[in-house]
Amino acid sequence: MIENILKGGKKYWLLISGLLLFMAAGLAAYLQQWDIGLAVTGLSRDISWGLYIANFTFFVGVAASAVMLVIPYYLHNTKEFRRILILGEFMAVAACLVAITFILVDLGQPARIFNIILYPSPGSIIFWDVVVLTVYLLLNIVLGWVALDAEYKEVDPPTWLKPLAIVSIVWAVSIHTVTAFIYAGLAARLFWLTALLAPRFLASAFASGPALLILLALAMKKWGGFDPGNQSLDRLAKIVSYAIIITVFFLLLEIFTVFYSQVPEAMAHFQYLLFGLDGHFSLVPWTWASILLACIAIVMLVVPSSRQNRSTLALACAAVFIAIWIDKGLGLVIPGFIPSPLGEISEYTPTLIEILITTGVWAMGGLVLTLLFKVVLAVRQGKQ
Amino acid sequence: MYDKGKIIGGLAIFLCLASFPVWYMAASGKADYRPNPVLPASENQCVESAQYMREYHMQLMQQWRDQSVRQGDSVYISSDNRTFDINLTGTCLKCHSSKTDFCDRCHNYTGTAPNCWDCHNVPPLNAPPQGTQ
Amino acid sequence: MSNMNIDRRSFLKLTALGLVALAAKPALDLISKPSAASALNGPAPGGRLVMVVNLNACTSPDGCIDCIAACHRVHNVPDIGNRKEDIRWLWDVSYDQAFPDQEDRFVAEPLHDRRVLVLCNHCDNPPCVKVCPTQATWRRDDGIVMMDYHRCIGCRYCMAACPYGSRSFNWRDPRPYIKTVDNSYPTRTKGVVEKCNFCQERLAEGLQPACVEACSNGALTFGYLKPGTEVYKLISSQFNLRRKDELGTRPQVYYLP
Repeated sequence: MIENILKGGKKYWLLISGLLLFMAAGLAAYLQQWDIGLAVTGLSRDISWGLYIANFTFFVGVAASAVMLVIPYYLHNTKEFRRILILGEFMAVAACLVAITFILVDLGQPARIFNIILYPSPGSIIFWDVVVLTVYLLLNIVLGWVALDAEYKEVDPPTWLKPLAIVSIVWAVSIHTVTAFIYAGLAARLFWLTALLAPRFLASAFASGPALLILLALAMKKWGGFDPGNQSLDRLAKIVSYAIIITVFFLLLEIFTVFYSQVPEAMAHFQYLLFGLDGHFSLVPWTWASILLACIAIVMLVVPSSRQNRSTLALACAAVFIAIWIDKGLGLVIPGFIPSPLGEISEYTPTLIEILITTGVWAMGGLVLTLLFKVVLAVRQGKQ
Repeated sequence: MYDKGKIIGGLAIFLCLASFPVWYMAASGKADYRPNPVLPASENQCVESAQYMREYHMQLMQQWRDQSVRQGDSVYISSDNRTFDINLTGTCLKCHSSKTDFCDRCHNYTGTAPNCWDCHNVPPLNAPPQGTQ
Repeated sequence: MSNMNIDRRSFLKLTALGLVALAAKPALDLISKPSAASALNGPAPGGRLVMVVNLNACTSPDGCIDCIAACHRVHNVPDIGNRKEDIRWLWDVSYDQAFPDQEDRFVAEPLHDRRVLVLCNHCDNPPCVKVCPTQATWRRDDGIVMMDYHRCIGCRYCMAACPYGSRSFNWRDPRPYIKTVDNSYPTRTKGVVEKCNFCQERLAEGLQPACVEACSNGALTFGYLKPGTEVYKLISSQFNLRRKDELGTRPQVYYLP
């Protein structure tokens, strides 16, 4: 099966080359960071987490979203998802790898990463995140590969696959809840200290993940000759619609609590995010762009005719993806640090090296995704 | 076997190239080279025997590190009941005061680059012994 | 053909059971011990070390930084020169910055221009210790929150967890930025977090912390908090403040306004 990654047309090799180019640029930038230290980023004493951790948080969500296919297919017998299920599982694999890599590039001493395993710290949520992410990655690799192998050999998948898939449902919820707990347990950061953070994470994950999957499925249809089926796309689109509505609703809940109660320290972070604080407003345009994109997407998805039209669906999904990337990425991590514990405000701008490393990691995820999807396509096309 | 000659010939060339370091060093006499760290003039006996230190100084340092930093106990009692203060710069480097003449001799030969020196200070040559760490 | 016919009710029961089983040990661990770190858990015979800062006696409004200079000299703390990468173990801030939870109150005249010395509070319930994934930071018996620079992976979770902003990260190699290296104390390397350590290496030699010793006005007092000691007398005899003590971290630096 796997030899199919070496057989492709001109467009395929163009895509692979482009991804490898970005990966090379990312690697070159990372070598700078390895050599000099994290001073090459825009991070600072006050804002000690930035673009890398923002992307990590976002992509854990995308990885968890595979559950939105597994639940309907395995628990509710939604046969329409039969063809697209494996794309979701492989997307989870790529997203999981991307998330883990973002953690690695963020570390000050990455060579010591095994200290987390050598000296387990059950009181630390990052320890649990490493555990659940690793297991989830392995789960999805096994689930996807075994199912694809069975399809290739034209036999039924082994009986243990379904219970494993059910475990992956619980596990998917756990990876994103644990990731939310990294933030939600910190008394020091009132912006994150809310029980609503985990539900917000899950809702936005279930919007952004399937949105990406729809975009990937449409791309596969256009360039790979793969037809996901209208019903599966429509179901997924409905899932995205509900999830993005709930995401925006949750945001409004936060805004109410903070601005009605008028607690200064809680308000300050949201003021920075929405209106700027003390003349610092670099995130404000991003925030409003995200809100605007989300609202436009909601309208486009709720109206049946625009949801069923492939072009508007693609636009809406792209809007959802970008809106949530802003909200859950930079819009989550940075305001947590502004103002600082001493009430000081400094701003954060990622440097070129940081951006190149980020795009390099994205490209790595894209490469893994491309290779896995290529195998799926080849197996499916072999049937026709 | 198809292309028997090419395969066996290729394997032979590969094995020659792969084992190059071994037979070249043996033939040129360079295999006889032993690193020669300069031993301290003042003391005859290190914390433990020279043989033990040669084999286990890495593990001993890790044990010292954890004992001193994590358990707060900076007293080491050697196998022959001598007492030492656990202190890289203050105890080890008090006698082995030149990193280039001692530590680096073996480390360069074996190609290891321990990162202790990123943090722990190497006393300047001819400096008096230092106190606390 | 698969014979795994599981109905919804059984599935839900199984999931609930599984979740409880998975969560049992971690939950127990979390509530039972605040830190699995050091072998030194439990009360120390000497008691608990605290620092008392007398804001009235401190002359930092006049520009005095003897304590800060001593601390940074003795511990090879670098001077990077820009606010972004600054490394601070001990520094001074305004009253508003030290006690931001007291919003908008009418600040008494004498306190207006006070500079408050801030440092790691060596909390009794330290959030930084809880979140460290490698136990590179832990709380000793005598209350000092320690750092093991060999273990730290530089994830900066502790920096996010500290409500006081006491921790600094080495964004680059600090050695070029140390004016004079004191050979008797190591430097740190890039990629690890550092903070005040209550001069544990000096305490082991029977000395007072460098900042306490350097202060010529007696603004800093340090010692075990037990009846009869000077810190005990200071804290029990007058009104004192701690930073953000409503968060439950139980900080051990007391301020006399």
